[in-house]
Amino acid sequence: MTMIFGIPLQAFLGQLLIGLINGSFYALLSLGLAVIFGLLRVINFAHGAQYMLGAFAAMLMLEYFGINYWVALILGPIVVGLFGAIIERTMLSRLYDLDPLYGLLFTFGLALTIEGTFRYLYGAAGQPYSVPTQLAGGTNLGFMFLPIYRGWVVVVSLVACIGTWLLIEKTKLGAYLRAATENPVLVQAFGVNVPVLLTLTYGLGAALAAFAGVLAAPIYQVSPLMGSNIIIVVFAVVVVGGMGSIMGAIVTGYMLGIAEGLTKVFYPEASNIVIFVIMAIVLLLRPAGLFGRDA
Amino acid sequence: MAPLLQVSNLNAWYGESHVLHGVDMTVGEGETITILGRNGVGKTTTLRTIVGIIRERKGEIRFAGKDMLGVPLHRTAHNGIGFVPEERGIFSTLTVEENLLLPPVVAEGGMSLAEIYELFPNLEERRSSPGTKLSGGEQQMLAIARILRTGVKLLILDEPTEGLAPVIVQRIGEVLKTLKERGMTVLLVEQNFRFASRVADRFYLMDHGRMVANFPVAELPGKMDMLHKVLGV
Repeated sequence: MTMIFGIPLQAFLGQLLIGLINGSFYALLSLGLAVIFGLLRVINFAHGAQYMLGAFAAMLMLEYFGINYWVALILGPIVVGLFGAIIERTMLSRLYDLDPLYGLLFTFGLALTIEGTFRYLYGAAGQPYSVPTQLAGGTNLGFMFLPIYRGWVVVVSLVACIGTWLLIEKTKLGAYLRAATENPVLVQAFGVNVPVLLTLTYGLGAALAAFAGVLAAPIYQVSPLMGSNIIIVVFAVVVVGGMGSIMGAIVTGYMLGIAEGLTKVFYPEASNIVIFVIMAIVLLLRPAGLFGRDA
Repeated sequence: MAPLLQVSNLNAWYGESHVLHGVDMTVGEGETITILGRNGVGKTTTLRTIVGIIRERKGEIRFAGKDMLGVPLHRTAHNGIGFVPEERGIFSTLTVEENLLLPPVVAEGGMSLAEIYELFPNLEERRSSPGTKLSGGEQQMLAIARILRTGVKLLILDEPTEGLAPVIVQRIGEVLKTLKERGMTVLLVEQNFRFASRVADRFYLMDHGRMVANFPVAELPGKMDMLHKVLGV
């Protein structure tokens, strides 16, 4: 049997792939957080709840309206994005002139409220959501058996991440977003409606989280707490990548997913903490994060 | 003919601090007006209050006959007022060309990109560089150039020559003359008196948050004693 660093190649590559799948969720979620933080300077603690809402949206659409996975993958993020936009316009926007801590506390309270409501309505136990038939089954890669759905998650997340990056780096709307991140007052004096831009950005961030939630529904159980389980890791990813750095969030998401997967091979006991150890080291050596610009 | 910009009894506050105490001024269409005054008398505040960046304001600001006091900041440019701030406001995450194309075109009659590059050849050479990698002079050119695209009627400039080498100051003077020939109305704050006397049609002298004198450039020689007294030079 081929061995790599004393580990069977099969186990090594298998964990590498699982790391890539987890990394896809980390990247999608941290991307949304980075976009929101970059422009709104709000640490969006409700991001995990918005991810959970995406998964629930898919499940409830199927249960009540018979809407399938493919439609839910589009509709879920739109619904949650609209919900996010309304929250930003009616509540979050009132806190911009205050200390950033208020935004953090508000979104934290919002997350608890949303999760508590769903726990009350649907219980804490997870509920299943089937893999769409077109993506059911798996394929033998030789070194491991790959469920097709998981491969789809990696590919579609990558496409969504690159699409968002292109939107921000290569379009006029993205130029407004980047400029407003640096000097919102001047961008407004140029004639750009920055308050609407902020609403769109928060809606986009929430929609990205919901998109990840719909993708996650067939892999993990749809549960009110699924967001709070993953969001702490995602915050670590954003800190390692550099708060507000779009490319940093994407690359670090995949990188840390893989690091976590490989730790499971070499030292399984540490796999739950490896991301936080990396975060602590990065904070000590490069407080602005790997891709962040020094303040 | 009614002036393009009419400011009457304009008061402005920074929190508790009352900074403008009844500013009165007019800017006619096609005129170049310079506000002179020592540091801290309220020149920059006057510009920022007219643009709408400072919202704690009272009095009257009429632009092309329209009351601007209730207009939100993001509609100021759409009404025809373009602003180049003292710190220039070049965006570091945007290239030179992205900076140039950033402000939305608000009316017809603005310069095309080709015309702007003809006026500022340096910017074309460096179109792909990050905006803040330009020299101070080039950044000032870029800050002015990006407003020229938008088709605004009034260009408001806050200390355009500050910290720049004499050769660049001269170049900015030439650009302002070109704009004047094209019929642009310009309101600027300037500490460089020699530069101001070359480009302005009319001066406002400011002290303690209000205008204390207003005279055309032809009367400048006779006003030198007063200028020395108020400007302290």
